Amino acid sequence: MDPFLTSRIVTDVLSGLTNGVTYGLVALSLVLIWRSTGVLNFAQGAMPMFATYLGFAFLSYHFGYWACVVACVIAGLLLGGLTERFLVRGLYGKPEINPIVVMVGFLIVLEAVAAAIWSSTPRSLPSPFSAIHWQLAGKPFALSPFTVYEIATALVVMALVAALFRFTKLGLQLRASALAPEVSRLLGVRVGRLLTLGWMLSTAVGVITAILVSANFFSGLTPTVMDGIFAYGFIAAAIGGLESPVGAIVAGVLLGVVNQFVTDFVNQNAVIIIALGILVVSLMVRPSGVFTKSSQRRV
Amino acid sequence: MITIEDLTVSFGAVQALRNVSFVAETGKITAVLGANGAGKTTLLRTISGLKEPKTGTIRLDDQSLVHKRTEDIARLGIGHVPEGRGVIGEFTVEENLRLGAMMARVNLLQGLQEQYELFPVLGERRKQHAAKLSGGERQMLAMARALIAKPSVLLLDEPSLGLAPLVTAQLMHTIQSLCESSDLTVILVEQNATSALRIAHHAVVLHVGKVVANDTAANVSANDNLRQYYLGLVE
Repeated sequence: MDPFLTSRIVTDVLSGLTNGVTYGLVALSLVLIWRSTGVLNFAQGAMPMFATYLGFAFLSYHFGYWACVVACVIAGLLLGGLTERFLVRGLYGKPEINPIVVMVGFLIVLEAVAAAIWSSTPRSLPSPFSAIHWQLAGKPFALSPFTVYEIATALVVMALVAALFRFTKLGLQLRASALAPEVSRLLGVRVGRLLTLGWMLSTAVGVITAILVSANFFSGLTPTVMDGIFAYGFIAAAIGGLESPVGAIVAGVLLGVVNQFVTDFVNQNAVIIIALGILVVSLMVRPSGVFTKSSQRRV
Repeated sequence: MITIEDLTVSFGAVQALRNVSFVAETGKITAVLGANGAGKTTLLRTISGLKEPKTGTIRLDDQSLVHKRTEDIARLGIGHVPEGRGVIGEFTVEENLRLGAMMARVNLLQGLQEQYELFPVLGERRKQHAAKLSGGERQMLAMARALIAKPSVLLLDEPSLGLAPLVTAQLMHTIQSLCESSDLTVILVEQNATSALRIAHHAVVLHVGKVVANDTAANVSANDNLRQYYLGLVE
């Protein structure tokens, strides 16, 4: 094969992998909230963005990167919990369109408030690792310490979420609370607390994504930084199946790679069309998602 | 022992239960019988805290259950197998049982073993999703999930609904054996009055929310008026 073409393909795969893990993480946070509360959260990009602004405000007080990351995650946990308690709690058991409409409204409010407080100008965030690509045989290689950090973070978070649902009592209770709240209460499960916890965990996973995305030199942190990522994350979640944490990450990564190839070999404007085309075909073939067993809940 | 006194429950202007009083003795089966709309399910839902009573008291031994949250009532040892069984179809048999055992702090492995001995078919299908079980198997799973927590009181809402007569007979036999082998108090809501009266010690007959009979199962069974007018049992 032509060495130039080989190099191009390898570069596309690695770049796509890096973008894909962020889609996968957004998809994972959607899966987390769906499995634990049965709600599709359309503010799943905006809430982590807001928490990231709050957490990185500590930079002004000379806090280091990791301290700010911890602050962001805590802000995400609090924002998720408060949102569930005061905005979403009254919507359970109502028609499915109600939480969707409310969360779309909340997305608009959060972005407007963030713009009013912190402005829409991109804010660059520090990064603990270099984003300069490594070189292989004297040529730039599409991987850097930062992209490895992104991929490793996604894999660790995915493993933790999958283990939470598969192996822990808490995961079983979270799923039961979402699937059958009344039966869960009859079995002694404190459903209200678990629903709040589901939103807290989901927002915290979203915050990790927002931090990784905002550390990108080209985008920075803006009130709308997560909008595009959320769209692809949502597509990945639907393809992978809203019940499957592993499916969310795998579908996100594959979508990232496909998008990169389409950008390189076709046209950047065709990316969203191709992504939506894949979504439509996958939903026609497997409506419950590629990685969800057919006996599980359909969406 | 469950003691219910002057219990009134309303849905808006409609009174589902009116001054209902009876005692479910420890270690005995109390059958609650009546036609559709008599208030049987509402009674069980009120005991479990899913419905707030307008007036009246419900006590587990000396402890009031009124105004307690459903999950707290469950943690006091009241198992409720709801109408329609309420198994979680997306969970495997074993996951349903693990959920049942979780809040009771019982030995999980021992509890699973006991339930698989009581209902062998559940052991054979432990890894299968509950949605794929037959109606009878789901009923067994719902009962096993309640029993694994070792409740002192078991509320059973229409366990025979939709089941074949042979399966119903097996279930009733299991309920009777459980009661005889332990101090389990059972409140059994049934439309299938014949099956229920066969195993019950005591019977309460409801008619549009009111108690029309509160007597031993043998006496209710022998009362032709009750059988004919309230239980639809015509010889």
